[in-house]
Amino acid sequence: MDIQFFIELFFGGLTRGSIYALIALGYTLVYGIIELINFAHGEIYMLGAFTALLVAGVLGVYGFPAGGILIVAALAAIVWCAAYGYTLEKVAYKPLRGAPRLSPLISAIGMSIFLQNYVLLAQTADFVPFPNLLPEMEFLDHIGNVMGPSDFLILMVSTLAMLALSLFIRYTRMGKAMRATAQNRKMALLLGINADRIISLTFIIGSSLAALGGVLIASHMGQVNFGIGFLAGLKAFTAAVLGGIGSIPGAMLGGLVLGLAESFTTGYFSGNYEDMLAFAILILILIFRPDGILGKAKVQKV
Amino acid sequence: MQRVIKAAIAALWFMLLTLPVLGIKLNTIERTVSWRLDRIVLLGIAIFGLAMLWDWCFSRKARGLAIIKLPDGFGLGPAMAALSQKPKLMMTSLAVLAAIMIAMPLVSSFYQTNIMISALLYVMLALGLNIVVGLAGQLVLGYVAFYAVGAYAYGLLHQFFGFGFWVCLPIGGFVAVIFGLALGFPVLRLRGDYLAIVTLGFGEIVRLALQNWTSLTGGPRGVSNIPRPGFFGMQMDISTSTTYVYYLVLVAVVVTIVVISRLKNSRVGLALQALREDEIACEAMGIDIMRVKLSAFALGSCWAGFAGVIFAAKTTYINPSSFTFMESAMILSMVVLGGMGSITGVAIAALILILAPEYLRAFSEYRMLIFGAIMVIMMIFRPQGLISGERRRYRISALHGTEGGRQ
Repeated sequence: MDIQFFIELFFGGLTRGSIYALIALGYTLVYGIIELINFAHGEIYMLGAFTALLVAGVLGVYGFPAGGILIVAALAAIVWCAAYGYTLEKVAYKPLRGAPRLSPLISAIGMSIFLQNYVLLAQTADFVPFPNLLPEMEFLDHIGNVMGPSDFLILMVSTLAMLALSLFIRYTRMGKAMRATAQNRKMALLLGINADRIISLTFIIGSSLAALGGVLIASHMGQVNFGIGFLAGLKAFTAAVLGGIGSIPGAMLGGLVLGLAESFTTGYFSGNYEDMLAFAILILILIFRPDGILGKAKVQKV
Repeated sequence: MQRVIKAAIAALWFMLLTLPVLGIKLNTIERTVSWRLDRIVLLGIAIFGLAMLWDWCFSRKARGLAIIKLPDGFGLGPAMAALSQKPKLMMTSLAVLAAIMIAMPLVSSFYQTNIMISALLYVMLALGLNIVVGLAGQLVLGYVAFYAVGAYAYGLLHQFFGFGFWVCLPIGGFVAVIFGLALGFPVLRLRGDYLAIVTLGFGEIVRLALQNWTSLTGGPRGVSNIPRPGFFGMQMDISTSTTYVYYLVLVAVVVTIVVISRLKNSRVGLALQALREDEIACEAMGIDIMRVKLSAFALGSCWAGFAGVIFAAKTTYINPSSFTFMESAMILSMVVLGGMGSITGVAIAALILILAPEYLRAFSEYRMLIFGAIMVIMMIFRPQGLISGERRRYRISALHGTEGGRQ
């Protein structure tokens, strides 16, 4: 077995997996708090990529230096996607609190279709090239060609983002309030936690992470399309379920496992079946171990 | 006044929100940016109006009032109820409707007949999905997979064995049922959103398999030269055979409606509706959930299979791109818009959602956008749909005086 090839696949899988993990966190956070699969989350990721593309394009045309553009574009994408996530919750989910469980899910599917077509109509149906804005990283040349600059960037940024999120959840007041709400919403309300604000915050954080994922993948792949959110969203959801939905470390682990699994299947078997693999994993997990790797079994109360 | 301020803030918020995606058009080749601020302003004005309306709707909803108050006996639902109490009028209107539907291909153009065929096919699909989602309350997002299975069953059986339409129709339905059971059996334990996701995954797997298994299905090229249905070996030109397919679909829709309305009040149908209302209570009542769920899956997928065979025969050409998730979502939005569980509502919604974009050209570009919006708005303001699923009620006459019996 060629060790070089193996290492390449391993790092490729890590890169992929950390993007899945970034998006999966959004699913897990929202599910943990309001038990809703935010079906439109993948579209937020897509909007992140698009916003970054447009902002980068505008800055590029007006002649800003390439190095700064990516950072500004990423920040803009995060801010706008946070706003989109916040609005999404206010418009499509908040009016449905207390409705039967199918209603918010259908509303979420509607929102997903709406956002996709909003971008399709406002921009284009074609794949749009994303400018290459990455700085040269010479130190990467020494370790062979296992990792390009964009892989390196994705790994670094997503690790930092996940670390920041973990610290936020663990130590800040808002993070503690989020955990309390996830554990028991009624009790949290009694303790004076504003549940509405926590839910908004959850959507904002989840959407920011998804936007970050969108920017990273757009600069990695070099192109953006209105439909990329659907598949990425489903895969990230698979990752969230794989790790145990509702569990934050679970989402990260699930993302990495899924990314590695896909990378190795593509490398050693065939690229045709990588999407099918994700769906097959999803179905098998939901059927045999719906609580995932790190999730806790829930007792259904009547 | 407060409402105006709130609406103005909403308008500003949305103008800011849509600034990058809607307001910037980038030309990456010529490296130019065009700011489309006119669009943003128009959007702001529209949002202002909508926000006022939205707020007003919520204040009505909060006070428990209907959004649009119609005089008594007006509107679709009450009108249907009133109609069903007058058998004579009901029969007359049904006869008129039947006459229109039968005369339709004779007076209209080839193009319109074709549109009507696909509208009727969607009515059939939506009614089939209505069994699973509307009656049984099991959210299935991969419904189009069974449609694809039916279509490919006909296409491939014809390609490899030369089977004709009439042989394939039952086979297509049967194969779809097998797939339905194959999906239904393992997912029996799942409920609600997990079920939705699993069925979505299943639908995508079927589509990806069709796309990648090139040796069998022809991959993205699909299957072509599928014959139109024959009629005792008669030779037909394209317009006669279209008319023939039209009548075929019409009959299929009528059969579907009859079967489902019979099913609704049957033992199985009542069990399905009990399952929708409360799974646990249903189980506690001694209903075999497994059997009920499986029968819902089987019945729903059977209809999709039939529709698939007819679709293949109508278009004579099938490929995996006709069976995407968007198709499933579209059929689902028909069920949601029509009113889960209501036959008339779902049929009307399917006709509206397919025919409106065809005749309003300007509208067709925005079709999916509007579908999405409809699904959200219906869930918020009118989750029961156009016509709420009318249910047969029984009263005990001793308790309610003379007026009793079946209603």
